[in-house]
Amino acid sequence: MPVVAIAPFVGVPKDTVDRFHGNQLLYVGWDKHLMFYAPVCLCLPPSMTFGDLVRGSLSEAWSVHPQWSSIDWSAARWLRSGEPFEPDFERSLADNGIGHKEVLRLQTPGLEALPGAV
Amino acid sequence: MSRVFIALQANEDSRCIVEAIVDDNPEAIVNRQPAMVKIDVPGRLVIRRASIEERLGRHFDLQEVHIHLISLSGHVDETEDEMTLSWDR
Amino acid sequence: MDMNVKKKLGLKEKYALMTRGLGWETTYESMDAVFPQTRYEGIRIHDWDKWEDPFRLTMDAYWKYQAEKERKLYAIVDAYAQNNGHLGVTDARYINALKIFLSAVPSLEYNAHRGFARLGRELPGVGPQIACQMQAIDEIRHAQTQIHSLSNYNRFYNGFHDWKHMNDRLWYLSVPKSFFEDACTCGPFEFIIAIGFSFEYVLTNLVFVPFISGAAYNGDMGAMTFGFSAQSDEARHMTLGLEVIKFMLEQDPANLPIIQAWIDKWVWRGVRLLSIVAMLMDYMLPKRIMSWKEAWEVYFEENGMALFKDLARYGIKVPDCVELIKKEKDHLSHQAWNAFYTAGKITNFHTWLPTEEEMDWLSSKYPDTFDRLYRPRFEHYRELEKQGKRFYNTTLPMLCQVCQIPMMFTEADDPTQISYRQVTHQGDKYHFCSDHCQHIFEREPDKYVEAWLPAHQIWQGNCFAEGADPTAPDFDPLKSVLDYWHLAYGRDNLDFEGSEDQKNFAAWRAQATRN
Repeated sequence: MPVVAIAPFVGVPKDTVDRFHGNQLLYVGWDKHLMFYAPVCLCLPPSMTFGDLVRGSLSEAWSVHPQWSSIDWSAARWLRSGEPFEPDFERSLADNGIGHKEVLRLQTPGLEALPGAV
Repeated sequence: MSRVFIALQANEDSRCIVEAIVDDNPEAIVNRQPAMVKIDVPGRLVIRRASIEERLGRHFDLQEVHIHLISLSGHVDETEDEMTLSWDR
Repeated sequence: MDMNVKKKLGLKEKYALMTRGLGWETTYESMDAVFPQTRYEGIRIHDWDKWEDPFRLTMDAYWKYQAEKERKLYAIVDAYAQNNGHLGVTDARYINALKIFLSAVPSLEYNAHRGFARLGRELPGVGPQIACQMQAIDEIRHAQTQIHSLSNYNRFYNGFHDWKHMNDRLWYLSVPKSFFEDACTCGPFEFIIAIGFSFEYVLTNLVFVPFISGAAYNGDMGAMTFGFSAQSDEARHMTLGLEVIKFMLEQDPANLPIIQAWIDKWVWRGVRLLSIVAMLMDYMLPKRIMSWKEAWEVYFEENGMALFKDLARYGIKVPDCVELIKKEKDHLSHQAWNAFYTAGKITNFHTWLPTEEEMDWLSSKYPDTFDRLYRPRFEHYRELEKQGKRFYNTTLPMLCQVCQIPMMFTEADDPTQISYRQVTHQGDKYHFCSDHCQHIFEREPDKYVEAWLPAHQIWQGNCFAEGADPTAPDFDPLKSVLDYWHLAYGRDNLDFEGSEDQKNFAAWRAQATRN
């Protein structure tokens, strides 16, 4: 529906990819691990490999969690926009079909968090 | 029947207002909280100028209630002599 | 000289003469040209004279009573300052609740002033014009009294020093700011349903009544007096809000679906905004009178539902979001505190872990959720503190496109799973914390694609200190963003334990009680 306004109004999106200096936004959450109160909002080059995302930004954000070092990456599951997704760690975000403002969820079966979903 | 309520700041004038409300509304439930008093009544709450004046010992304009008011619920109807809050209309 | 002694006018007669008698039909310009904003929202009004002001307050009485309120207020504010009242609060942690309140609320009041001043001009009926003008004056009074009160705390405590600057920039303050700017950019009828009805009538009790009574309980006469002084006007605003909705619904049956959609939207927008008040009540008042959940049950479930029951005669339904809200009440304050405690590097107030005794109180008030879900989380943080590793989140959070709150809310039936919603609009993805925020976006996407989301603005490079060079080798983005917010690292933020506020309060209180 159009905005209810006294004259026609067209919104100008504030967060189009051209505003991020060659990078793109990426949101990542670690399911059932709520000591991280919200998914992280990252801004990364689309050429970064998926492996570098995990070893870099995500490790920086989440390695403080006692279970981070126990994750079995071959068994970890990922969701991309809510759908199951198998990332290729050697390939870039773009090649993994991860565009601007994509949301990823990490699921670590067997590590369903500590009591209280810490 | 839903309840209506009025909440007043706890002070010297409102002490008399609360007493008047309690006398005029036998079903009133008075809940005293820090710095305030909340009065709930099923359906209808009436505040009478005459009852307040009797206790204050002076003339009282019902609109003075605004100075002490914190909150209320229900439909308001106000005349010189009575202010009522009610859900029945 | 003969004098005709006239009988004093009755309230109704006086109101009729001093309000309705002031209006007129325009002649050399059409009424539509004079009041151009009343048609585009689709609301139909046939007879403005059907408007009733139940308080029948006229301008002369209004000034008289407001002046009396001001005299009382400033007498107390002065006495509080002269008596070093701030040292009488239960403990200095409490001051942090005020930092949040006074960072967020004065600008809400000011925007309410702007909104009602506009309505006082734009609504054609004399009754609503006068009621809206009174409310516009009330709201600017609230903003002013809060700013005056703020100065009494700012003299002694950190984090209060630049509320206006922070209000336009600091990440979490975009939540209240965007809420009110959303309302102010609506048409006049949606504004009055949003603020006058949904916010004032259904929700402000929760901001001002139990929280301000709680301030009194914690020895803060300053906050009590500005809070209750504002709330004394609120009762009149609530009555206006109720009158507005009855009037609009009675004027034309075609108004019902429009109003229902606004109620659905604004009750939800308001509830999300109040998440932070839930946290103030449960975690930031050292002495507690009632839990957020209890306050919610009294002021929303009992009082709010009585209202909706009454409006059912017009066909108004309880908003759908109420089902979700009912489930969230057991979680809201804990999830909010979990967020702010861990985001403690980027706040203008201090955070802390609840003591054992406080956790027991929380578990008694939230028997179904606290011990199972939240106590273990806080105990984990306590363990880290003991190891000297106080946990701070170091990342920027993903935000909801509509309410702008970090995506910290969990699924209605699984409190261990963050709730994600997303839509694609014109090729871009947008994310939401809930179905209700998503629906608000879908109704008017052109409005919400323009949201100024702090996390995204930081990544765009729009939130660094003036003159900063993000390409410099020693560039520290966190420090630069804190500079941009006017936050001093280590003074305004971080844990209460070890803070300057904590030390100063202890030293001053010792001076006040010993020679």
